Amino acid sequence: MKDEFILRIENITKDFPGIRALSDVSFKIKKGDIHGLCGENGAGKSTLVKILAGVYPYNTYEGKIYFNDEELKFTHFSIQQAIKKGIAVVYQELALVPQMTVGENIFLGREPEEKGAISWNRLYSDTKDILKRYKLNIPIFAKLSTLSVGKQQMVEIAKAVSQEVKVLILDEPTSALTEAEINSLMEILKHLKDNGVTCIYISHKLEEFFRITDNITVLRDGQVVNTVKTTDTSVEKVITMMVGREMKERFPAGNRKPGEKILEVKGLSVDDPSAQGKTKIKDVSFDLKKGEILGIAGLMGSGRSELVTAIFGEYGKQITGEIFLEGKAVKIRSARDAVNYGISLVPEDRKKMGLVLMQAVYENISLPNIGKFSNALRIDKYRELKACQKYADDLTIKTPSLFTITESLSGGNQQKVVIAKWLMSSPKILILDDPTRGIDVGTKYEIYKLINKLAENGIAIIMISSELEEVLGMSDRIMIMHEGKCTRILDRKDATQEKIMAFASGINNYSEV
Amino acid sequence: MKSFNIIDKIKINIKTYTLIIALLIIWLLFAFLTDWIFFSPRNLSNLFRQMTIVSFLSIGMTLVIITGNIDLSVGSLTGLISAMAAYLQAYTLAPLISGLFPNISIVALGILSTIITIIVCLLAGLLIGIYQGYIIAYLRVPAFIVTLGGMLVFRGGVLGITQGRTVVPVENSLRWIAQGYLPKNLGMLVAVIAVIVIFLMSLQNRKKKIQYGFELKPLAYDLLTASVYSALVFGSILIVNDYRGIQNPVIIMIVIAIMITYLSNNTRFGRYVYALGGNIEATKLSGINVQSIIFKVFILMGLLCGVAGIVLTGYVAAGTIGGGMNYELSAIAGCVIGGVSLMGGKGTIIGALIGALIMASPRME
Repeated sequence: MKDEFILRIENITKDFPGIRALSDVSFKIKKGDIHGLCGENGAGKSTLVKILAGVYPYNTYEGKIYFNDEELKFTHFSIQQAIKKGIAVVYQELALVPQMTVGENIFLGREPEEKGAISWNRLYSDTKDILKRYKLNIPIFAKLSTLSVGKQQMVEIAKAVSQEVKVLILDEPTSALTEAEINSLMEILKHLKDNGVTCIYISHKLEEFFRITDNITVLRDGQVVNTVKTTDTSVEKVITMMVGREMKERFPAGNRKPGEKILEVKGLSVDDPSAQGKTKIKDVSFDLKKGEILGIAGLMGSGRSELVTAIFGEYGKQITGEIFLEGKAVKIRSARDAVNYGISLVPEDRKKMGLVLMQAVYENISLPNIGKFSNALRIDKYRELKACQKYADDLTIKTPSLFTITESLSGGNQQKVVIAKWLMSSPKILILDDPTRGIDVGTKYEIYKLINKLAENGIAIIMISSELEEVLGMSDRIMIMHEGKCTRILDRKDATQEKIMAFASGINNYSEV
Repeated sequence: MKSFNIIDKIKINIKTYTLIIALLIIWLLFAFLTDWIFFSPRNLSNLFRQMTIVSFLSIGMTLVIITGNIDLSVGSLTGLISAMAAYLQAYTLAPLISGLFPNISIVALGILSTIITIIVCLLAGLLIGIYQGYIIAYLRVPAFIVTLGGMLVFRGGVLGITQGRTVVPVENSLRWIAQGYLPKNLGMLVAVIAVIVIFLMSLQNRKKKIQYGFELKPLAYDLLTASVYSALVFGSILIVNDYRGIQNPVIIMIVIAIMITYLSNNTRFGRYVYALGGNIEATKLSGINVQSIIFKVFILMGLLCGVAGIVLTGYVAAGTIGGGMNYELSAIAGCVIGGVSLMGGKGTIIGALIGALIMASPRME
């Protein structure tokens, strides 16, 4: 009877200096299930995963974990022990070596040897077998860096399943994937399930839970709120459990009145320097009004990020076409120019491009704005701190203090720091590139409210999003991109998810029914 | 929960003071092995002087490394400038000046010659800094390659100038810069002024905090901290006064260290140096001209090599072929020991100085 549960987690409590990450967490996972695990950022999901994976060895936490009725006690080399037992994790940040091939990555750390030398033939033939078994369509000799994020994720999964995995833990696998890639990931998970692999699935995209999971456990503030059968619940109920209060709507209603035209882009093109004759962006024209939110939708690689970085001066002199700011033609050749013209960009990858992670929160917020608090000789540090405090309060950034290292904040709060930094520079145009990626529902809502407020105050906003609902829920107009071209600009009232998907996939004669 | 915090605090503090503790252990070991002669005022006094030349380089190197770059040419450049200084004084300037002013006294001639030497040497350091910095920052050639080339070329320059011989003599005034002492009374005066400044700054900070409504530490705490610093200043000066007083190069070092610390903590330039070392992409996207910051850091490094070269010439009272040999290693080691991250973005001047002091300690004879 007990055998039906592969994992039983009993009364797990884990403390970190000054904070209790998990408190008396208990739940069970059925063999062969896909078990969803959800909760807001900081609810304790990642900590739990790390305990299961042996990152935090036995005795650093209280409570018991039973794996097939046997208590798990990982002490030495705990991560390897966990892998040997058959518990593998696919982390949010991929743990692969970009310079190595697919095969090398899958067998990293356990390369097949013959007489003390690596047997490359066996390595690659085994790789081929594994990929074939799980119907993964990936070239085995390709360098990992040449693959899309989605393909890389699949390599990571292949690596995990090739180690005789019994429990596969996926920590936000879809946060960087396109719609099509998510679909094939779902297929793979179903296939794994048919082969008897148990999965623990963590995501911020709640719809996904209802596509594949059997049961859902909701965590809040380090405690289990409930474990429910997926078929017995709904998105709204799960959200209510996560945030602890009822959320009536996913998107706050705005009261925006777009004003006069502030930005006009005519015939913007960017050549791709790596390939002759190819262009990253081709002949894009659009305009933007004060106090308007222009959503940009498109698949990954459609040129949506390239378009906004081009406006932000990333490509220097490679761009052709004209940009008019408040009626005057301007030339933006660098980020510096863009900032001086009052354009701000919250970049797609906040860790790589938005933040200096090793620095304190206040240093990040004031980075583009130090000029306001300083002359040539000194920075007025107290005035700086005061101003940063104001923005931190306005945006409700949850941080122990302004001196906390940014790296230790949760994803949502890091994103707020990036937004705070650009708000302080009082921009006329704010460009947000996928601002809610990897952020939980509650914080998302706060960010939406913030964006609405900014637009109401007359800031023109361009917002890229991977989530169609978000584009639909937030934008006044929606621009859809496909292969570097703008295929259509729709008004909010004319737009539907189906239309956007059609134009984003390059179908131009979508019948308007 | 409360006791937990205290343990935490001690842990953090141990981390901050590891270096100082390490330094003290090394000193105690040497003192023990030398029958406590190591702690004699004469020895400590010499130790401080010995660390100065590498310290100038460590100070500049700190900023270079924080930006994520490296400068391998500093030792050779110091040697080159040192050889130049000696050559100017031994062969060029004396006949030139006495040709221009036939009636000049020997003392005045010496001083004039030294002043010109200093200006020329600093200019040379500046120009070489501009040259290397331009190639690194704007032409985007990796700093390792550029400065490795510089290291070899400048070493060749030393050979060219000295022709393989030791270049002597140098003026007494130049020697005074590196070998002289501040009169003891003046030393005490400096100490008193330093203490007054420490207390004034501490009070000024409190005033600012009140003005902007920040949390204040108890007045006693601030006063105690200020007193500890004051005691350190006084103690050091008393020790060196027990021998012959503060050495001139040590004063130069302290002044430069304070200036660069201020630069790195309290100015936009300094903030950008740390930011771009931490994440150059994010800094660039914040609208900051990162190339010009890197350029300026290398100019500063060149200038500090100039200072080191001048002091080196005064110290050995000659220009030698081996001048500044391997100083780049000591300077980089000092930084790394002092907690400057080779990955960029982290480190302090004071840490690098303590690192330089640790590096200098075993070399005492």
